[in-house]
Amino acid sequence: MSSGAGGAALIDVRGLEKHYQMGAETVRALRGVDLVIHRNEYVAIMGPSGSGKSTFMNLIGCLDSPTAGEYILNGNHVAGMDDDELARVRNQEIGFVFQTFNLLPRSTALENVELPLVYGGVGGKDRKRRALEALQAVELGDRVDHRPNELSGGQRQRVAIARALVTRPSIILADEPTGNLDSRTSEEIMNLFERLHREGQTIIMVTHEPDIAAHADRVVTLRDGKIESDQPQPRPRRVVEAPVLAGA
Amino acid sequence: MALEAIRAHKLRGFFTVLGTVVGVTFLIAVITLIEGMDHYVEKQFKGTVYGFNTVTLRRRPSVVTDADEGMWRTWARRPRLTFDDAGYLEGRMETPGTVALSTVTIGKVGGPRGKAVENVWITGATASYFQIRDMQMEDGRAYSRNEADRGLPVVVIGRDVASTLFEGRNPIGQEIRMNGFPYRVIGVLEKQGKLFGMSLDNVAIAPIRSELDGYVNGGRKGVVQEITFKVPDSKLIGAAKAEIESWMRIRHHLRPDQADDFELETADDSLGFWDKIRNVLLLALPLLVGISLVVGAVVIMNIMLVSVTERTREIGIRKSMGARRSDVLLQFLFESSTLSGLGAVLGIGLGVGLAYLITALSPMPAHVATWSVVLAVALGVGVGVVSGVYPAWRAARLDPIVALRAE
Repeated sequence: MSSGAGGAALIDVRGLEKHYQMGAETVRALRGVDLVIHRNEYVAIMGPSGSGKSTFMNLIGCLDSPTAGEYILNGNHVAGMDDDELARVRNQEIGFVFQTFNLLPRSTALENVELPLVYGGVGGKDRKRRALEALQAVELGDRVDHRPNELSGGQRQRVAIARALVTRPSIILADEPTGNLDSRTSEEIMNLFERLHREGQTIIMVTHEPDIAAHADRVVTLRDGKIESDQPQPRPRRVVEAPVLAGA
Repeated sequence: MALEAIRAHKLRGFFTVLGTVVGVTFLIAVITLIEGMDHYVEKQFKGTVYGFNTVTLRRRPSVVTDADEGMWRTWARRPRLTFDDAGYLEGRMETPGTVALSTVTIGKVGGPRGKAVENVWITGATASYFQIRDMQMEDGRAYSRNEADRGLPVVVIGRDVASTLFEGRNPIGQEIRMNGFPYRVIGVLEKQGKLFGMSLDNVAIAPIRSELDGYVNGGRKGVVQEITFKVPDSKLIGAAKAEIESWMRIRHHLRPDQADDFELETADDSLGFWDKIRNVLLLALPLLVGISLVVGAVVIMNIMLVSVTERTREIGIRKSMGARRSDVLLQFLFESSTLSGLGAVLGIGLGVGLAYLITALSPMPAHVATWSVVLAVALGVGVGVVSGVYPAWRAARLDPIVALRAE
């Protein structure tokens, strides 16, 4: 059951199914998922491996098309779209944040953040201005000309988050965003997500760690290709702070 | 974006386009040399050696490239051309034109104070010779028809002879000696320049009916080496040639089944040698260039495929950010054609450099033809596009989810 901001649904998934052909066998990764998410919700998607959570994330992120069912994203009927249309939706509506950052190694932070705007057809000056604003929003205004190999893990993820924000998407879709970070940096990043949520972003975070899922308003758990549970988490809520050890 | 990718792998990029570079280098170098020769031939060679619009009657061919013993013997049996032959033709030719006689031998010319010049092209000629060769005087004048007919001992010398014998003093009116006989200098030829590295200014021209008669022909008087007929319009060359041939066959009493016992040459004929070379070059060239470019294209395609594989993850990232198939396709296509185009530019530079190097080391002239440069760039870019299509298509078709999982 959905809670949260109310109003028209941002994401409306009905009977979503995804089947794969593996040789002679058909693998049913998703067997009929119904889900509604409203604007400015903060949802965590959990589940063990094999539960279909990665498949679900790929479908939500429009990286793939469902075998059956409907998916309406901000008014777009995504399920029947072709490759080019999906690309456009990805560009305009979705901001990806990956576990492995996935930045272009030969480009600067600024160029990385500009990338979605390039594909969105935004011209030179405008593009640069918006990319700078996004980097400033994640507090990396002083590192715009650095390449990824000159940045720490936490900084790289910030660049990725700035890139996700730059097209003003409907949803931020994060896949284990702290999986490659140490606990202190993880906390910084999670605080950043909380700030973005307070500022109005809709966040969907896929994770297998309960500590991370604890930051969300709502936890949806998948098992064997279906939703097993869908529970709100009461707000306000603070994660138990890790004690700051001297010299840590 | 494409330039950034190329800059990242400069050495690999260079080897990738080696095929294009080599192909274009050959293309440009050979065409530059051919065009240079063509220009030279049209503007310099024809006029300088043969005169424009002329037909030359000789006993033996002027340029011999592949003659055997048999041919030499045949030529030795041919009758010599005489002053009377020229008179015969002058009286009968219906095609309009001017006749000149000339014989050239190489000898020593003596000047004042014991000075001498060796290897001078001593030429016995009629007065019409200067007109037929479009020769202008730098100083003084050429001799007149009257002076020539009377065989007066007057001479026109070339600039090299003038400067060697008279060293800046005015040679007009001075005396020089050819074969022991004294000749009075009445004119100095305008600078003629060089032909394939040989100076054309080391000449001395005097009436053929003077004491030169016999000297220039190894002792035989009344004999001439070349009878030249100049027509007022290039369209008449064919008619003149045909007419001279028939008159000379009559004069030599040749039966219809007998071959000519003389040679008739026009500037175009004797350039047959250059034409042969040119045709071989123009035939071999597309072949050479084609092979290099095909090899080059295959290399580019393979390197691009490797590049696509290496950058699979990157392609996945771009697609997740909203790149459509066409965006990816164009990106890689642009990279491969830019790469190949740069290779072509390099090839053009090398080709021009090579052509000018050859020009500096040999008498071959060079002339960079704009059309060849444009063709080279077009070929370079074309090769890049053609060879890049398949790899770019592969890149565009990658599934973003699979691509993101790559290494």
